[in-house]
Amino acid sequence: MQIIKDKAIIEDTFTTLADDAEPTRGDISVSLSRWKRDRELLLAHPGKVGVRLQASDATADLADDLKRIDLIELDFADFADGRLFSHAWLLRGRYHYQGEIRATGHYLLDQIFYLSRVGVNAFKPAKAEQLASILANLHDFSVKYQPSIV
Amino acid sequence: MYQYNEQDQTLVEERAAQYRRQTEDFLKGELTEDQFRALRLRNGLYIQTHAPMLRIAVPYGLLNSKQLRKLAHIAREFDKGYCHFTTRQNVQFNWPELERVPDILDELASVQMHSIQTSGNCMRNTTSDPLAGVAIDELEDPRPYCEIIRQWTTLHPEFDYLPRKFKIAVSGAQLDRAATQLHDIGVHLVKNDQGETGFRILVGGGLGRTPVIGQVIRPFLDKQHLLSYLEAILRIYNLFGRRDNKYKARIKILVKETGLDKFSELVEAEWQQIKDGMELSDARIAAIKAHFTPPAYDTDAAQDQSLATQLSANPAFATWYKYNTAAHRVPGYRAAFISLKAPDSPPGDMTDTQLDAVADLADRYSFGQLRSTHRQNLILADIKQADLFSLWQALTNLKLATPNIGTVTDIICCPGLDFCSLANAGSIGVAKEINEALDDLDYVHDIGDVKINMSGCMNGCAHQSVGHIGILGVDKKGSEWYQITLGGSSENEAAIGERLGPAVARDEVTQAITTILDVYVKQRQEEESFLDMVKRVGITPFKERVYADH
Ligand code: HEM
Ligand code: SF4
Repeated sequence: MQIIKDKAIIEDTFTTLADDAEPTRGDISVSLSRWKRDRELLLAHPGKVGVRLQASDATADLADDLKRIDLIELDFADFADGRLFSHAWLLRGRYHYQGEIRATGHYLLDQIFYLSRVGVNAFKPAKAEQLASILANLHDFSVKYQPSIV
Repeated sequence: MYQYNEQDQTLVEERAAQYRRQTEDFLKGELTEDQFRALRLRNGLYIQTHAPMLRIAVPYGLLNSKQLRKLAHIAREFDKGYCHFTTRQNVQFNWPELERVPDILDELASVQMHSIQTSGNCMRNTTSDPLAGVAIDELEDPRPYCEIIRQWTTLHPEFDYLPRKFKIAVSGAQLDRAATQLHDIGVHLVKNDQGETGFRILVGGGLGRTPVIGQVIRPFLDKQHLLSYLEAILRIYNLFGRRDNKYKARIKILVKETGLDKFSELVEAEWQQIKDGMELSDARIAAIKAHFTPPAYDTDAAQDQSLATQLSANPAFATWYKYNTAAHRVPGYRAAFISLKAPDSPPGDMTDTQLDAVADLADRYSFGQLRSTHRQNLILADIKQADLFSLWQALTNLKLATPNIGTVTDIICCPGLDFCSLANAGSIGVAKEINEALDDLDYVHDIGDVKINMSGCMNGCAHQSVGHIGILGVDKKGSEWYQITLGGSSENEAAIGERLGPAVARDEVTQAITTILDVYVKQRQEEESFLDMVKRVGITPFKERVYADH
């Protein structure tokens, strides 16, 4: 499937791995608890590894491993749960994470501008037709008042 | 007054365009009710009993005449000819059509106004002292800091989906006219031992169903750190505020459950990591201050002899002068209140004709500016004493000169059952009834400073829990009842009122209030205020009389 990354449409190479599934070939993303449990095994995996964060997870739990993780997914169970915005800010602003931060799940298209400002650089659409809107929403505002990540 | 630059103007226009698209998406069925709800609330649009209700931001209560005329125009063209001023210094329209709200926002943008973040779980409009910049008890004008906070809070990317709404108030005076102790964050300009000016920061205050008085989290904060400190508090709140229960989601609950010590440790630790690099430079403060330089006062204003003559010749004017004007720091000037508490009009309401006329008065007498107040009135802040008499005459003709500011008929009142879908009971009708029962102005003046605040439900929009006399509408098996509290205050000695006893029925409220006032008049000592008497004697004497009458 296609996603937006760095303001362009690209092919998504990651497969979401359930907590009890065997690692597949290629790039995989796992939950934080799976990461904690199988860290060594996952690091030995030949493809890239991503970790999925829920709003209730703490970014500090991942701080020491960030250099080895290629993708962090912020998984919105509820668009109104603003903790994920702080998670993105902390990952970029405090831990200086350089990899991909991707919004997934039930976020709103109207949150894309905000998400991009706190450091989210990739967006997985709920439906393929949304790709164009996401690109457009990145430009909802041409001005901003306060410093953030972007 | 702050004037938008190109960036500010672009932002409100782009926001209006964004909201137009959101409304269209909703009407096309591309946004669910829930999704649209979160978005429309961030633009101040509630869906109420009869129609939507649109809340417009009035940053720290400051308005100019052009904006007032625009509100008049909106009242005429999009509403039923009036608007409502709220306890948060904002303006509400009760009858706009959902489909036309985008047009209203375009109209507002043309006069540097908007509805951004006037409701929803985000940082709301910052409120302040309506006498800012002219008050005689002021250490420093709080408005430049309000404006700095306004810009920082507007479309803040990280803190727009908070656990709950978030309100900040700033005061720069000795007497707190902005209820800073009852806000999520209260900011108070103070001097430290070295004589430097900075901020005392309070946190965790708030009203609603669990009213809480804010606590000092930092006795002194250097000015340059204002935004980093606010950011530290907001980040901790965003991450740790409860999201499992909306009634426990305010920062007051987080502070209470965590304990102030532990909470401030978290904030301090966060702040230490961000404060370097987020400083407010002196140049930036100075640039914003330049928007609030005093107007061109007439240095001869105090030479005027006419005021003394008018005051002695005209008792009605003298009464208005005594109650509805306030001291001004410039000799020869006064601040004049416009009372939105005429006996026959709902508290805080203004018609389109009044709005237009007041805009003209602001232009003629007060440098084209005015302020909305926490107690739902307006202020013309810079009136030459020689102009007070003609101003009073003009206001009298407009029914805006009721001499009742700070008296028992200057009631704060929410819309209650008349408009609000959350209400348990009516409040506008009760306010009217109390007003009628107290139609003797001499009696009202003799009673003096008694603040009645009345809300139609425990959300407390009219701050009933901190009224000297608080009236709260409650629902008992489908009929309207009222819980009365005494001894609350939102000023320096902030206090939550104490319950008098069981709620009283709708047809007994007015009697209960007049009885309470009667007990005060009979048992007060010399110059004792109502609040002082309640502090001295407690609620028992009031309780005995109110319930004995039943
Ligand atoms: C008619 C539509 C209105 C609705 C639906 C509404 C809704 C609410 C709700 C749900 C709360 C409780 C929030 C909480 O507990 O966290 C609240 C509180 C409040 N509202 Fe309103 N309100 C309305 C009108 C007003 C008006 C007219 C005013 C001013 C007169 C106002 C000012 C306030 C204030 C000051 C609070 C308390 C803030 C605090 O808890 O710190 N609201 N409102
Ligand atoms: S206090 Fe209750 S009844 Fe009154 S406006 Fe607020 S929510 Fe509505």
